[in-house]
Amino acid sequence: MFVASTSVSGISVMVVAVFVACVVEMVEALTIVVAVGHTSGWRPAIRGVAAALGALGLLVAGFGPALVQIPINTLRLIVGGVLLIFGLQWLRKAVLRSTGLKAKHDEDLIFAETVQEIESVTDLAQRERVAFMMAFKGVFLEGLEVVITVLTLGTSARHLSLAVLTALVAAVLVAVVGAIVARQLSSVPENAMKMTVGVMLVSYGTFWSGEGLGVKWPGNDLMLLGLVGVFAVATWITIAAVKATNVKERA
Amino acid sequence: MSKSLLWRILRGFGMFWWDFLVGDTPELFVSTVFILAITAVISEVGHQHSGAVVVFLPVLVVASLVISVTRAVRTARA
Repeated sequence: MFVASTSVSGISVMVVAVFVACVVEMVEALTIVVAVGHTSGWRPAIRGVAAALGALGLLVAGFGPALVQIPINTLRLIVGGVLLIFGLQWLRKAVLRSTGLKAKHDEDLIFAETVQEIESVTDLAQRERVAFMMAFKGVFLEGLEVVITVLTLGTSARHLSLAVLTALVAAVLVAVVGAIVARQLSSVPENAMKMTVGVMLVSYGTFWSGEGLGVKWPGNDLMLLGLVGVFAVATWITIAAVKATNVKERA
Repeated sequence: MSKSLLWRILRGFGMFWWDFLVGDTPELFVSTVFILAITAVISEVGHQHSGAVVVFLPVLVVASLVISVTRAVRTARA
């Protein structure tokens, strides 16, 4: 009973982290795809998306089974270290954006820049190639972070299929919402979502790197929820402290 | 596969991981390696069951975030 409930807490954190990470990255990719579709027609946009999803699928299919073969403690140590760095980078960026020290991701600006870049190409055949490449690059580069999240969280939790399924559901959800509203999703609270993912990645990174090094966490997987709480509070305090120094600086 | 193509692939792979793990936040890479090394030493000397490492590990992680944010704030205000 205890084992079942602790596993559920660990899996829940993984599912939420993969889902939110995928939504955030796919919203960013959707902006570029919608801009390409509106400017050059939907054929090169859809072809670019399909090619990028195929390439990302190949990466998961290639690396996923290979990673599962690594002994669990070694895998968790390596993955924990990577997640710690990756999560801290996301958190740092989210803190700086929350405190106004870094510009927030502007979907409207990205949309306008993409449209302008495609419209600057006058030759129709060349324009279609540029449109395809922009849709491909937009989805592939944003999707690469999702692939890394899916591979690291999925293989270490020994639930790669669930992680892949969660990412697919998130990607389909964003695509459907994007198709319904037929525009970029600029009102999505991206920074808050990135902060949530950052907290979860850092929590998983701390937990697994510790386990890989032989640390016995009190409460086993339940400790993950405790770490999520600790890092969420620490992030909130850091933001408040930087905002306070911003006020002092202006005074 | 020609030697130059293999070299380009290996170089691209290496560059990707360098950008991904180090990039413009080398302090986060260094602090993570430091945190893992400290935890390994504490675990190796037999304190894996003690509360020390359970407290130290998250505290060091928070400290590395604070250091990195402080560095970014200073750069932004300079």
